[in-house]
Amino acid sequence: MASTIRIPTVLRTAVGGNATLSVEGATIGEILGKVVADFPAVEAQVFNADGSLHKFLNIYVNDDDVRYIGGLAAATKDGDEITLLPAVAGGATA
Amino acid sequence: MTRYASVLDLIGNTPVVDASALSPKANVKIWVKLEGRNPAGSVKDRVALSLVEAAERDGILTPGAPGQILIEPSSGNTGIALAMVCRMRGYHLKVVLPSNVSVERTQLLQVWGAEIITSPGAEGSNGAVRMAQSLAAENPNWVFLYQYANPANPDAHYRTTGPEILADVPEITHFIAGLGTSGTLMGVGKYLKDHKPGVQVWAIEPPSGETVDGLRSLDDGYIPPVFTQNNGAELLDRKVVVRPKQSIEFTRAMAEIGLFVGISSGAIMAGAVKCAQEIPDDVEATIVTVACDDGWKYLSTGAWTDDVDDVVERAKKIIYF
Repeated sequence: MASTIRIPTVLRTAVGGNATLSVEGATIGEILGKVVADFPAVEAQVFNADGSLHKFLNIYVNDDDVRYIGGLAAATKDGDEITLLPAVAGGATA
Repeated sequence: MTRYASVLDLIGNTPVVDASALSPKANVKIWVKLEGRNPAGSVKDRVALSLVEAAERDGILTPGAPGQILIEPSSGNTGIALAMVCRMRGYHLKVVLPSNVSVERTQLLQVWGAEIITSPGAEGSNGAVRMAQSLAAENPNWVFLYQYANPANPDAHYRTTGPEILADVPEITHFIAGLGTSGTLMGVGKYLKDHKPGVQVWAIEPPSGETVDGLRSLDDGYIPPVFTQNNGAELLDRKVVVRPKQSIEFTRAMAEIGLFVGISSGAIMAGAVKCAQEIPDDVEATIVTVACDDGWKYLSTGAWTDDVDDVVERAKKIIYF
């Protein structure tokens, strides 16, 4: 049940310099929990103190923002591509 | 032909055209509202006029009075639209523009006499917003309309774009638009939900490249106040990111059915097709999307003529939205 996670430049230092990670899990919450367990430095960048997602972090499963498809409970399956993207002002580069 | 007293009277009432030839399903219609028909060439004409008129109503601006200066951050269309409106009203406009916008955008600003202040390209629109905020704070006599936080931005769409869409396509089931300031999505989305509950509102996020790479920390991120002021997270039903290559491919596909529109319109069409694919075969659906502008400003990308991968690489370094 491995999904590939694409890590944005701003978070790479906190995950050992990796641009991608391969992690198993049935939900986004489970997958992020494993990432945090392996790389504790990234926890404060991904989660708020109350366990909710950092407001400036958008997480996509196969290009769908998880906030609108169940949040941390959003289901993942083998081969899914998970993309972490910082929220930026409109007008990002093409 | 109808006659108009002012170019400003040409803003809005844009046509909607059937683009169902690109729908992957016979039971799903796709209509595109062509905002490139506005006089300064984009959906932002509505926003620029609304921002200026609201400031005039509030007494912040006075048409014809000398020495009035506005400042605004914009990677393109809002600056161009504001430049046109300011020229008509007699205001001096300073636009903070990332250094890596396409050459057509810079020249269009100059057509209507805007002054250009360059912000670091690597910081993208975020950098332009920060610089404009700082310059506005240093020069309190300058008028900072700040489209990202001004209620007159979504209000333009609540008053005009939304009613036009519902009048022209009353059978609408889904509205899909790009997420920039979020003004279009918040204004049209709220209008549709108020007047036809059940309409789904999908946001298409433009693909991100070096703007995101330039962030020093996640805390440098940005959510437009217009989005939070309108409870965007509640209003939207879905938010989908579209990749650069897909945006170019759909921009070309739209040209094949006669629609010469900008790259963000291709991205939004890609999102519409994704939406259509999810609709069951036994359900009739009607998607309305917005083509924010026409293709003219993007010709230098080679988007219609060059190898797709080359265009994508080039587009990563230049802001086109």
